[in-house]
Amino acid sequence: MIDKGDNVIEVRNLTKKFGDFTAVDNITFEVHKGEIFGFLGANGAGKTTAMKMLTGLSFPTSGEGKVAGFDVWTQSELIKKHIGYMSQKFALYGDLTVKDNLDIFAGIYGVPPRQSGKRIAELLDRLSLAGERDTLVRDLPQGWKQKLAFSVAIVHKPEIMFLDEPTGGVDPSARRQFWELIYEAVDEGITAFVTTHYMDEAEYCGRISMMVDGRIDALDSPSALKRKYGAASVAEVFEILARGAKRQD
Amino acid sequence: MREFFAFVRKEFLHIFRDKRTLLVLIGLPTALIVLFGFAISTEIRNVNVGLLSADDDVYVTRLMEKIDRSEYFTYVGAFRSEAGLDEAMRRGQVDAALIFGKDFMSSLYSPEGADVAVVVDAVNPNNASMEVMYLSGMISDYFKDDIVSMASYRQQMPATGRLTPNLRMLYNPQLKSSYNFVPGIMGLILMLICALMTSVSIVREKETGSMEVLLVSPVRPINIVIAKMIPYFVVACVVLVNILLLTIFVLKVPVAGSFFWMILVSVIYIILSLGIGMLVSTLVRTQIIATLICGMIFLVPVMMFSGMLYPIESMPEPLQWFAQIIPAKWFIEAIRKIMIEGTPVRYVTKEILILTAMAVVVFTAAVAKFNDKLD
Repeated sequence: MIDKGDNVIEVRNLTKKFGDFTAVDNITFEVHKGEIFGFLGANGAGKTTAMKMLTGLSFPTSGEGKVAGFDVWTQSELIKKHIGYMSQKFALYGDLTVKDNLDIFAGIYGVPPRQSGKRIAELLDRLSLAGERDTLVRDLPQGWKQKLAFSVAIVHKPEIMFLDEPTGGVDPSARRQFWELIYEAVDEGITAFVTTHYMDEAEYCGRISMMVDGRIDALDSPSALKRKYGAASVAEVFEILARGAKRQD
Repeated sequence: MREFFAFVRKEFLHIFRDKRTLLVLIGLPTALIVLFGFAISTEIRNVNVGLLSADDDVYVTRLMEKIDRSEYFTYVGAFRSEAGLDEAMRRGQVDAALIFGKDFMSSLYSPEGADVAVVVDAVNPNNASMEVMYLSGMISDYFKDDIVSMASYRQQMPATGRLTPNLRMLYNPQLKSSYNFVPGIMGLILMLICALMTSVSIVREKETGSMEVLLVSPVRPINIVIAKMIPYFVVACVVLVNILLLTIFVLKVPVAGSFFWMILVSVIYIILSLGIGMLVSTLVRTQIIATLICGMIFLVPVMMFSGMLYPIESMPEPLQWFAQIIPAKWFIEAIRKIMIEGTPVRYVTKEILILTAMAVVVFTAAVAKFNDKLD
């Protein structure tokens, strides 16, 4: 647990059990500052449970973890202040305007009012949503809603953003654009922790981990993994690993 | 603290952006008050009265004129036969009738007394009993004041009428039904706003998934819920003031007792209802279920057991026991005592204590359940 400057997430032997069922089985990994970390795994592999522990929503059964330099056991309130979270379910307020939604989350994350105005204008600009600031969110097209949800998650410039299946239900060209946004945020110095179903997206990540039955069975850059398993794509690597899975969704 | 206020602001935005719901919240009590107050009042009005008299007697005619002058009754005319009267009543042309026997006036002075039958169409039993009561009251008044004084002047009989039903209507001397339903409507509407709206609004966040995002944010979970309650508390207070203004200035029902205590009891009830809303929200996952639970478990009993529609005293004993756990029953009773009877507060202590205790229990349960759920 040293080397705090370089790693924004450090996890050692993290385990979560529900009764007899081990949802997350002794995982160990680091996420480096400024990288895009792909957190892959089939449904039921334990991704969501692991993410809940990292975002301060639940406590591990055993093991250690530090997120943004704060302990998952004792400092979950501080962790929450320093991370951003985008849910796989579209979770903004449809009955409020684009600007209201950004204002609310800037407020909730304690962004000082003077800075938040500037930050919100900047984000709206980046999304080319400046003309829609007073539009109700429910009237936006799906792709834009997703981009807005992303902006809301980074309105307070967190150290890490947790993106839970951020591109679910979005067409391929919009997905490409969405990844542009992720890259821009990473350029700002925000580390990205992304779960995804789309294996082609995994190629965009700096490093990926693959969870099978609660364990992390592989962790490396996409190209290194492909070399190691002699596969042509990340999807193939995933298939090889998932073949050994016992848990069914 | 700023985080918390950002959240409270959001809740206000939700309410104010949804103009239709806001309109319903403010408009519904207004409509109910006006409806209950003027349209579906349980007072009787425009009752058509017929007459069947064996002989044309000037005193009977005068009585009918007197009845016709009252605001409740209209005299539609005399019938020659019982069959004719029956026919008219069946057709709905006559709602009530007075039947005087033969030689009514002369038998009035006989020791056996005189017979007058009051016949009413009892299809609506509530109206019927009210009509009988009003009519017999008017008849006895008439004979006591007019005839008996005349008779004593003639010294034909002592000045004590034989027909003297002595009815007194306390607290509501004009028998205005508006008095009774105002506390009932307050109990209903405040419960509706606080319990139903709060629980639906919390559950909606669970349903849409925004609750998940909020739980990951630095806002403390309990603050999420408290922030939800504040705007509905404000709305409930606005509605309360609205109801009171309508009651005092439109229905012209005065507040007989302490205004301060009436407001205080209402605030306790509002807080209690908010607690119920929170408790419901911790138990269910969907807005539909939240609506159903609030509607069936809290709103319907408010109507049934609050004494708004039926008096609790005339219910079977098990139901009377059940009524004791309905918060609205105690609220309505307290408000009725303070607002209409003008009872000093020390006689309302029981109701106030019960409401306060209920609020404490509900909130403790809701917070315990809420914390339990999070883990």
